[in-house]
Amino acid sequence: MDPIRVINQNCVGCSLCIKACPYDAITLSGPPGAKPDKPTAVIELEKCTLCGACVEACKRYKAIVITRTTFKGQNLKLYSGIAVFAEHRLGKLASVVPEIIGAARELQKELSAPVSAILVGNGVRKYTDELLSYGVEEVWMVDNPGIGDFDEDVQAEIVAEILMERRPEIFLGGGTVVGRSLLPRVAAKILTGLTADCTELAVDPATMLLRQTRPAFGGNIMATILTQNHRPQMATVRHKVMAPAAKVDNPQGKVIELSHIEVPKSKIEFLEFVEEKTATVNLVEADVIVSGGRGIKDPKNFALIESLALAAGGAVGASRAAVDAGWIPYSHQVGQTGKTVKPKVYIACGISGAIQHLAGMKGSDMIVAINSDPHAPIFDVAHYGIVGDLFQVIPELVRRLENGE
Amino acid sequence: MNYFLTDDQKMIRDLAAQIAREKIAPIVAELDETGEFPWDVVKTLAQSDLFRVFIPSEYEGLGGGIFEMCIVVEELSRVCGGIALSYAASGLGTIPIILFGTEEQKKKYLPRLAAGEILAAFGLTEPNAGSDAAGIKTTAKPDGDSYVLNGTKQWITNGGEASIYTVVALTDPARGVRGSSTILVEKDTPGFTFGKKENKMGIRASATRELVFQDCRVPKTNILGKEGMGFLIAMRTLDQSRPGVASQAVGIAQGALDKALAYAHERHQFGKPISSFQGMQFLLADMATQVEAARALTYAAARSIDSGEKDVSKVSAMAKVFASDTAMKVTTDAVQVFGGYGYMKEYPVEKMMRDAKITQIYEGTNQIQREVIALNLIKEHVRAKK
Amino acid sequence: MKVIVCIKQVPDTTNVRINPETNTLVREGVQSIINPFDCYALEEGIRIREKHGGTVTVLTMGPPQAAEALREAISLGADEAVLVSDRAFAGADTLATAYTLAAAIRKLAGAPEGTPEGTPEGTPEGAPLGSGADIILMGRQAIDGDTGQVGPGVAENLGIPHITDIRKIEEIAGSRIVVERLLEEGYARLATSLPVVLTVVKEINEPRLPSLKGKLAARKKEIPVLKAAELEADPERFGLVGSPTQVMKIFTPPKPSGGKKFTGEPSETVGALLAELASAGISIRKK
Repeated sequence: MDPIRVINQNCVGCSLCIKACPYDAITLSGPPGAKPDKPTAVIELEKCTLCGACVEACKRYKAIVITRTTFKGQNLKLYSGIAVFAEHRLGKLASVVPEIIGAARELQKELSAPVSAILVGNGVRKYTDELLSYGVEEVWMVDNPGIGDFDEDVQAEIVAEILMERRPEIFLGGGTVVGRSLLPRVAAKILTGLTADCTELAVDPATMLLRQTRPAFGGNIMATILTQNHRPQMATVRHKVMAPAAKVDNPQGKVIELSHIEVPKSKIEFLEFVEEKTATVNLVEADVIVSGGRGIKDPKNFALIESLALAAGGAVGASRAAVDAGWIPYSHQVGQTGKTVKPKVYIACGISGAIQHLAGMKGSDMIVAINSDPHAPIFDVAHYGIVGDLFQVIPELVRRLENGE
Repeated sequence: MNYFLTDDQKMIRDLAAQIAREKIAPIVAELDETGEFPWDVVKTLAQSDLFRVFIPSEYEGLGGGIFEMCIVVEELSRVCGGIALSYAASGLGTIPIILFGTEEQKKKYLPRLAAGEILAAFGLTEPNAGSDAAGIKTTAKPDGDSYVLNGTKQWITNGGEASIYTVVALTDPARGVRGSSTILVEKDTPGFTFGKKENKMGIRASATRELVFQDCRVPKTNILGKEGMGFLIAMRTLDQSRPGVASQAVGIAQGALDKALAYAHERHQFGKPISSFQGMQFLLADMATQVEAARALTYAAARSIDSGEKDVSKVSAMAKVFASDTAMKVTTDAVQVFGGYGYMKEYPVEKMMRDAKITQIYEGTNQIQREVIALNLIKEHVRAKK
Repeated sequence: MKVIVCIKQVPDTTNVRINPETNTLVREGVQSIINPFDCYALEEGIRIREKHGGTVTVLTMGPPQAAEALREAISLGADEAVLVSDRAFAGADTLATAYTLAAAIRKLAGAPEGTPEGTPEGTPEGAPLGSGADIILMGRQAIDGDTGQVGPGVAENLGIPHITDIRKIEEIAGSRIVVERLLEEGYARLATSLPVVLTVVKEINEPRLPSLKGKLAARKKEIPVLKAAELEADPERFGLVGSPTQVMKIFTPPKPSGGKKFTGEPSETVGALLAELASAGISIRKK
C-alpha cells in the first residue's frame, strides 16, 4: 500500500494541500469518472517526501492519510538513558562536548534518566574528570593504544558495540567534521535513525520521544523529526548552537571501563596532521565578528572589513557570495554551508541576509547590520541597523573606535 | 527575436553564454586594465569544444560553419569584445587552411586548432599597406625547396600568442598582386620574431603585434594553394570572416544595450526612473532596433556563406559595415544613458565604446567595405541589364 | 580505475524564498541542479580517469526527472549513468537512501572473484565488493538536506572504509590511496586501501564547464533505470518503510521583527549606533 493516500470522498478540492507542499508534489485533477467541477488532489509519489505538510493543511477534511510503518526496530523497553559522544583529538575534548552534555542534561529533566558519556581512544582517561565535572553520571570508556585519534573506523565499531551493550535511548554527538562522519556510520551499523544539526531537542510529553528539530530546504523551513521505532534515537548538534552544561560542584559520576570490548585493527593509516589554525578557529571562537558580503563589490574592499575587525578586536567573516566570488577563502564563510558562529557582536556589512547566511549567525547575541538597501532581510534579524553606504559608514565607525568612543 | 536556431546552435549559444558569464565577466575589467592575454579563457573555450564549431568533422571539428562561429563570437563579445577577438582572430587564421589547405596541411593543423591546443593568426596588413592591401612589400623568395620571407606585418591580432600564421607575401614581386602567395609560418621558425605588444584604445585583452621576418626560411610545402593565389585567398578569407567581425560588433552593441537598459530602469531622477522619459525611450528603442537589424544582416550573411553561395562579398561587407557602425553608435548612446557614470572606468560602458571603434576599422575599413558594396552593386546592375 | 560518483538532483535552495503572506515556499523559477558539492566529486572522478584511465559512472537515486542531472553529468565528462528510481524508494531518509545506493553499487560492481556461474548479478550483501568499483565519490553534503550522512552509510553497507571532507587526493598507487582530510583545525593526511568511499569538499578542485561533445553525447545517452526488484536487497529497507527517522511536522521559522534602524549621514548614524551600544552595555572597542 502506498504510504500516503488521498481519501477522495473527503477531498473537496480546496488546494490548501497544494499550497502547503514544499516539494510541488500535489496537483489537482479528478479520479476517473469525476465530475469536472469536483477535482481532487493527486499526490505524485516520486516527488513526495512524506513530510506531512499536506496532512497538517488538510486538518479540516482529513482527506490525506500517511501510514507510517517502518522495518522492525529494537526492543524499545530495553533502552534508557541519554548518552553523548565525547569527541576528542590531539589532547583536547572537542569544544562542542560541554554543549551536548548541556543538551543531554536538559532532556534529563523530562526523562529522569542518567546522562553518560562515551569516551573512546588512546590515553583518554585524562578527560574523565572534565566530563564528570559537567554532571555526567557515567563515563563509558574504552582506553586502548590501538585506537588512534584518526582511526575513525575503529572508533565507530567500538561506539556501536557500546551502544548495543549499554542501550541508551538517546545518543547525541557534535555536528563536527568527525561527528558528521562517525555517527552516520554507527547509525548504519546499528540500524537506527540519526538527525543531523538539530537546533532544538525536546521530549514530546505524550510519547516521551525525542523531538529533533532542524532546518530543511536550505534553512528556509524547519522540520521536526521523530525516530519512533529504533534505538538509540541519534542526533547531532553543531558547535555554538546550544548552551554548554554548567559545571557541578561535587561531581558524583563514575567511570566504567569497558576493557572487554574488542579493538579491531584500523584500515585507515594515519600519516600526519598539519595544523592550519588561522582563520577558522579564530572565527568560531571570536567575541566580535565583522563580515562582508556582496555589497563589498570588490576584493580589495575587504581591507575595509579587516580594518573594522582590527579596530573592534574581532575576526573577519564573509557571506557565501563573497567566498564564491573568490574575494576571501572559504574558511571565513559564515552560513549554512560555512561556519555557525555565536559571537557577542556580529556586524554584517553589505550582506543582504539570505536565509543560508542567517542560519550561520542568527544566534549571535547582538547583530548589527550595515546596508544601503533599507529593505534588506538582514535588518529583520539585526538588533541595530544602519542604512547607508558602507564605504562611508565603516571608515567613520573605525575612526570613532580608534578615537576611543 | 526568433532566428530559428537549431537545437545544436542553441546548445552552442548557451554554452558560450555560460562561459562568458562564469569565466569572462569576473575578469573583464582587470584584463582591460593590464592587457594580459586571456589564456585561461582560451583553455576553457578549448575544453568546452568551442574551437571545433567551425571546423569540418573530418578534422575533429563539429562540422558547423561561419554561422556557428558567429554565435560564439557574439555571446563572448557581449561580455568582452577583446577576449572574444582572440577566439575570432584564430578563426580568421584558420579559414584559409580550411578553404585552400592540402589534405596534409589540414591534417597537420586543423585537429590541433579544433582542440584549441593552438591558436592561429592572419597576417596581411603592413605599415604601408592597409586599405591598399595590394601594396604589400613582404617577400617570400623561392630558394630551392623553401621560401625565404623578409618583411614586416603590422597590427596582427594574436601576434606572439598564436602558433600558426597565414601570411600573405610576394613570391614574385615583379608581378605585383598576381605574384602574391599565402604561406603558413609556424611560431619559433628561425627568422620570425615579433614586435612589441601594441598599447591600444580598446580590445586591450587581445594581443596585437608586428610580425618581423628576417630571412625566415619555410618549406615550400607550406604554401596554401599555388603561387600567385595569395590575394585571391586573402579576399576569399575576408569574405568569410567579415560576419565574424560583424558578430563581434553585434555582441558589443547588445552588451552595451543590456547595461544601458538596466541602468535606465534603476536610475531615478525627478522622482522617476529615467526609462520613463520619452527622450530616453526613443533612444533605447532606436538602439535596440539597430542592434536587431545588425544581427539579422549578420546572420543572413553567415547563412549565405555556409550555404555555399559563390558571391558573398556584398552581403558580408554590408553586415560588417552596418554592424560596426551600429556598435559605435549604440555604445556611444549607452555611455550617454549612463550620464556622468558612463564616463567613469568603474562602470562598464566606456570600455565597450572604446572596444567598438576598432570594428569600423579592421578587416577592411568601413570605407573599403562601402567600396566593395558599391562595386558589387554596379556589377550586378550591369549584369542584369544584359 | 572504476570510479562511481553518486550525485543528487536538488532544488537550487539559494534561490528559494518564503512567501511572506502565505508562509509557504515560493517554488517558481527554482531550478533543479546537480548538488554543487557533487559537481566537485564528479570533477575529481574525471581527473582520476584522466590520470589513471578507467571509467566514471554517475549514479543517482531519485524521481524520473533526476535523469536530467545524469545527462548533465555526462556532458561534463562522465562515461556512463544509472538512474535508481522506483516508487518504493519514496520517502527515504538517509539510512534508507544509503542502503539503496549501496545495493545499486553492489549491482554495478559485479560479482566478486570466485563467484560461481549462474549466481545473480552483483555482489551479495556482506560479500567483498566486486571489481567494478574502486573509488566511490560524492559531495560532502546535499544543499537541501545538509546531513552529510549518506556517504558513511553507503560505506558501512558496502563494508568498506570511508573518509569524509577530502580536500585532496594525493596519490593512488595500486590499491593504496593517500588523501588529505579537512578538519576544523587543519588537515590530516591519511591512507587506506581501495575500494573506498570519499566525500569531498569544495577546496578539492575547480569543476570544469560542460563541453559540446559532452552535450551531444548526453543527448543520445541511454540511461538504464534500476528498479527495486532488480536490487538484491531487503525491500523493507527501502523508502519510507526503511526510514527510522520520519518528518512529523514542517513549519516556517517565525519571522523576526527587526530592531532599530538608523538612517542619515554616517557621522550621525554611527554616533547613534555607538551610543545605543554603550547604553546596552556593549563595547566593541579593541581592548
